[in-house]
Amino acid sequence: MSRANILRYLKQALVASLWLSFLTLPIMVIRVDTVEQTVTWRWMHLAYMAGGSFVLALIWYIMMERRDLSQAKRELETVERDSALMRFLSDPRFARPLMAFGLLVAVAFPWFFSLYQTNILISALIYVVLGLGLNITVGLAGLLDLGYVAFYAVGAYTYALLNHHFHLGFWAVLPLGAVMGAFFGILLGFPVLRLRGDYLAIVTLGFGQIVRLVLENWGSFSYGPSGISNIDRPGLFGISYSVEQATTYMYYIMVVLVLLTIFVTARLKDSRIGRAWLALREDEIACQAMGIDNTRAKLMAFSLGATLAALMGVVFAAKTTFINPASFTFMESAMILAIVVLGGMGSVLGVILGAFLLMLLPEYLRAFSEYRMLIFGATMVLVMVFRPEGLVRAKRKVYKINVEAAG
Amino acid sequence: MAQEMTNQNAAQAVQPVLSVRNVGMNFGGLRALSEVNLDVLPGEVVALIGPNGAGKTTFFNCITGIYTPSEGEVTAYPKNGKPKRINGMRTNLVCELGMARTFQNIRLFPSMTALENVMIGRHCRTKTGILGAVLRGPGTRREEQEVVDKSFEMLTKVGLEKLANEYSRNLPYGAQRRLEIARALATEPFLLLLDEPAAGMNPQETEELKQMVIRIREEFKVSVLLIEHDMKMVMSLSDRIYVMEYGRIISTGTPKEVSEDPQVIRAYLGEDSDA
Repeated sequence: MSRANILRYLKQALVASLWLSFLTLPIMVIRVDTVEQTVTWRWMHLAYMAGGSFVLALIWYIMMERRDLSQAKRELETVERDSALMRFLSDPRFARPLMAFGLLVAVAFPWFFSLYQTNILISALIYVVLGLGLNITVGLAGLLDLGYVAFYAVGAYTYALLNHHFHLGFWAVLPLGAVMGAFFGILLGFPVLRLRGDYLAIVTLGFGQIVRLVLENWGSFSYGPSGISNIDRPGLFGISYSVEQATTYMYYIMVVLVLLTIFVTARLKDSRIGRAWLALREDEIACQAMGIDNTRAKLMAFSLGATLAALMGVVFAAKTTFINPASFTFMESAMILAIVVLGGMGSVLGVILGAFLLMLLPEYLRAFSEYRMLIFGATMVLVMVFRPEGLVRAKRKVYKINVEAAG
Repeated sequence: MAQEMTNQNAAQAVQPVLSVRNVGMNFGGLRALSEVNLDVLPGEVVALIGPNGAGKTTFFNCITGIYTPSEGEVTAYPKNGKPKRINGMRTNLVCELGMARTFQNIRLFPSMTALENVMIGRHCRTKTGILGAVLRGPGTRREEQEVVDKSFEMLTKVGLEKLANEYSRNLPYGAQRRLEIARALATEPFLLLLDEPAAGMNPQETEELKQMVIRIREEFKVSVLLIEHDMKMVMSLSDRIYVMEYGRIISTGTPKEVSEDPQVIRAYLGEDSDA
């Protein structure tokens, strides 16, 4: 970094801080007491404001320069290189033990941490699966789905209603929920086959709203806004257990489901189907011209994503034992989408990290209560500014070529 | 009329791989193509030339199912298969039938590797489903290995074997053009449709491309229909040429015949050129 640049940044930061101090002068400095009819001038606040914003602005400018420099460097290289961390993570010698360690931590977690922590982790794991499901639709196939939460609701209500009316257990409904999810996925998929990008986003957004509104207003079917309570927890060969044991049991069910989802999505990603989805995302016309049936590929992506969401819906209903339409608002869809985008579209590892970041950060920021959402929002902005492709950039498989067979 | 007669005579002598009869295409009130007749015979390299905006790419889109022609018949004659009427057929089925194309403005899949781009071409010749992909049984693994081997072979044919694992967005321009051809070849076509394959290439690259097309035709026994502006390439590469202007075929014949046709000279050089 040159001296001239530093001077320039100092000047820019100074201007920014002066401007901000001026803008916030009325609220930060002047205090009008309407009871005692006095005006106090808190000039110290102005100093804090100016100093704080100056330092932050300076840091910002310097970081932006570093980012631009590294980007320019990357463009100069013909071969794309990963960061040291990524290379470390993709090296099987380190990745394997790391994965084993992660699994060990996951298995041991409920024995060392409180019920509260385990509950948070279950929620985070649910969002890992939801993220991976949406990652199929949005990240791999490139179909922007803003109504994803609708499928989550379908799963939850499938279990809640079947349990309420027919006393069907968790394990019986789990596959049923998956089937319902796939069915609704195809149901939504058909009318939007011809749509792309913004138009698709709007229609799926509408679909999400319709499902929620139906659940809210069709009282005789879904019990309206008051929801359904006393949903059974998952059964364990008819053994009765305490709430604490139930949470631990739920936790292990989730761990297994997460592993299963990771396995399925990772295998799909580098398969014939996964490649077709990617081609669909990259260029729809070329994809079809190369012999891929776009209709099939899209319906598969929609229904598979929906299946995972519905599965999680069943788990969610069983975990909370109470559901109402308020759990399935657009905010949820936006959150899951944020997980996918922030984590890195198309990257399995990225989506997992994104889910943990976005689900655990607000939980553990409760200490900062009122600044919680502010920090949360700032984190998202920062990640998008400095890693526009997400935390983990999706990588394609490197094929080893059997030269003799090919030659 | 006379032209049509010769076309039909040619068609009777040898069965064509593609026959286009009286195809017309309207966009609202705009007539983009009218009464287009064209044949491609087995093993032939046929060029379609014409000034910008003549309707060449529209014609390509009509025979590959991207547009449905407003009138006329397009018939394909796959190897060992029944003749098939293909106007209005879905694009992916046209490709599956054996007519693969490239695009004027390169349409690769940028964030997939070169090899994976070619592997997409193998999609319609393979059949692993979701269950197969997840379980990855021996059948799937064998098929996957075949796809990789065959795709790599195609990359070798167009000289891109060293760049197999590069993202296609990072390839140089000429390599991207060749990659598109490899991707089309991977679908095992009987007819290769090339839309301005030499656009943006320097003379040396164009010459290499020409040699490559000749090699490919010999090796894969494909017919080639190409749109091209580079006259040197067209004249030396094609067996026959169709000249299109304002959506009509105004001349057809061998390169020599076409280049001497006063209508063609007028279309290319303008009305007053001989004055």
